[in-house]
Amino acid sequence: MSTPISQHPDPATLMSFAAGSLSEPLAAAVAAHASMCAGCRTELDDMDLMGAALLGASTAAPGGGVPAPARPRDTLSSAIGPHNRRSPNDKLPAPIARQYGITLDTIPWKRLAPGVWQHRLPLSPGVKGDLRFYKLAPGAKLPDHGHAGAELTLVLDGIVVDGPNRCHVGDLHEVDDQVEHEPGADNEVGCICLVASEGPPRLTGWRGLVLRLLHRWRRRSHTESAAANKLG
Amino acid sequence: MVVILTDRSVTYRSRDLRAPAWVPDFWMSDLLSQIATERSDAAFRRLFDEFGPRIRDYMRRRGADTATAEELAQETLLTVWRKAALYSSDKGTPASWIFTIARNLRINRLQREVVWQELSSEQADAIPSEDAAPDDTVAARQRQVRVQAVLAELPPDQRDVVTLAFIEGLSQSDIAARLSLPLGTVKSRMRLAYQRVREALEDLK
Repeated sequence: MSTPISQHPDPATLMSFAAGSLSEPLAAAVAAHASMCAGCRTELDDMDLMGAALLGASTAAPGGGVPAPARPRDTLSSAIGPHNRRSPNDKLPAPIARQYGITLDTIPWKRLAPGVWQHRLPLSPGVKGDLRFYKLAPGAKLPDHGHAGAELTLVLDGIVVDGPNRCHVGDLHEVDDQVEHEPGADNEVGCICLVASEGPPRLTGWRGLVLRLLHRWRRRSHTESAAANKLG
Repeated sequence: MVVILTDRSVTYRSRDLRAPAWVPDFWMSDLLSQIATERSDAAFRRLFDEFGPRIRDYMRRRGADTATAEELAQETLLTVWRKAALYSSDKGTPASWIFTIARNLRINRLQREVVWQELSSEQADAIPSEDAAPDDTVAARQRQVRVQAVLAELPPDQRDVVTLAFIEGLSQSDIAARLSLPLGTVKSRMRLAYQRVREALEDLK
């Protein structure tokens, strides 16, 4: 039994995605949501029509025609887009599974805090922002944080609770950079989610402080042990 | 309001982005089915004549030099040529298919980023259909005509924002900076523009 998807990207976010002008981490989350949501796929098709109309109406820069090669070659790139939407046996949306070669069961979780695990996904060189999975035990919370830029949270399993808002599988919860919030898992079922942001989360509140100190301490002890190894 | 859009080589005025003939005939033409069925040199050349300069321009606006922009325009159109037989109109139109191929190449080659967007004929790739139902083709065209009509009638402030997003490839915050607007205003103009498109397509669903 599943709850129908009820939370979708802002149309402006969808439109930026269709235009190819949404930042890479946010685009990943929108693609993952769209792979689960027929309604958003239809809207994206409409927005592609907008792109076509605008391209058709744009005036070409001076400089004559584009020379056509004599004979079409068959050496075209596979770079023009992903294929196949569904990965039938996994809850991980197909675009993410395909890009990163993982399934929900093979995510190499790292413990971040009691009841909180994460796995950070690599982005293309030079891309700003952040894309990561979180797994939360029932009732666990993510550190309070604000962000530089928008943040999209896509629920992959369980239920995410953010204030009064309860998000189920497939829901995409969007918050802008004005919001400081403390999302967490439902008290009964926990959750797994994909969180994309345009900038790194700015941790606030006491949990954030503890995590920042912990991180710094870990890094220092890592550096020290590396130095010790070198000496040894 | 006249917005000056600049790139390294050319200065555009947003007024120029709205060509007087907002519903160009060729955009609606049977070019793609001609290409798929005839495979003629004439059809191939026409494809390049009509779409080539626009796609090259599109790539240049995102910072490609002329040679790269030309190469990407060629690659876009060769993809169209090669896959024309696979194209089906159950989701989009030839024009939207071409737009999505160009967009994805731009993301991959110019921005060197992961392409998360699908082509607008994605299903067609999986299920080659040489004969799309004529009804589908008509409906897809009708949708394209409606969308073009909506964009032609769009208030200039909304049209500038969607043009900057789709053609210049600017993010919402870049658009806000370019037009000296709050980010929220950019978002709401995009929403309003899409609202009109959606209303115009309502009865064609």
